[in-house]
Amino acid sequence: MNGVPLFAYLSLGLFMFTAGVVGVIIRRNPIVIFMCIELMLNAVNLTFLAFARYMPAMIVQPRGLHSATMSGQMMVIFVMAVAAAEVAVGLGIIMAIFRLRNNIDIDEMSLLRG
Amino acid sequence: MDVSQLSPANLGLFAVVGGVAALAAIGVVAFPSAVRSALCLVVNFFMLAFLYFTLNCEMLGITQIVVYTGAIMVLFLFVIMLLNLGAPQALIERRDLKWIGGGIFGLALLVVVGSQVLQPLMKVTQVKSEATFGSPQQVGLTLFSDYVYPFEIVSVLLLIGIVGSILLAKRRMQ
Repeated sequence: MNGVPLFAYLSLGLFMFTAGVVGVIIRRNPIVIFMCIELMLNAVNLTFLAFARYMPAMIVQPRGLHSATMSGQMMVIFVMAVAAAEVAVGLGIIMAIFRLRNNIDIDEMSLLRG
Repeated sequence: MDVSQLSPANLGLFAVVGGVAALAAIGVVAFPSAVRSALCLVVNFFMLAFLYFTLNCEMLGITQIVVYTGAIMVLFLFVIMLLNLGAPQALIERRDLKWIGGGIFGLALLVVVGSQVLQPLMKVTQVKSEATFGSPQQVGLTLFSDYVYPFEIVSVLLLIGIVGSILLAKRRMQ
């Protein structure tokens, strides 16, 4: 889509990232905290793709220009894969904690303190 | 910003889609119920997939729908359902001090990053990549030739994630 400035995509990404950060600080339900982390990861994905389209790296590699101009999209693929693995393990941890204590208020999880 | 380069129709489309995405992001943080937050996040991911399509990244837009909304959010909704936090047990989140601190921090982050990073980039409106750079052919070509080592390592990482989550979900052998 032509005619949309880079600034628009970046400001949306920044807004989503800030919303995710505020959500991680404010919320007490660990599942919602996880969802805010996913929101932050998606904001970063949007930023990567916006830069890949508007300001791609123009470094000439020995094998051609390919790997530099496509590097933004490659980063997004790997961020998606890592986020998927992280969600699986993290939700498993939350379920294990819930099975143990029957309560998932994050402010009560102070076992590591003191 | 060079106003002649902007296209009002495309800007309007971006404003609608981006506006819904931003409202959904606020909804994730603001709703007290976890199910409503999850559904707002699903809406946000769909709008993001549409934005990826407008950025000519079709492969990643479809991957966003399939992986994020189709797998990760379904996993979230299943866990919310299984943990079954009913109304008497629902977490009542009314810590006012945290809310004020979080709000101020968020505002400060927005202002600082916006002023430093966005300010020099206000004039960029020219698209510098070709129109097919997000097609499956291009993505596949790059992923399996230049980025094959990270690809294989990420598949090992996913295997580790699978084994770890199965181990965590197992009940103890009494």
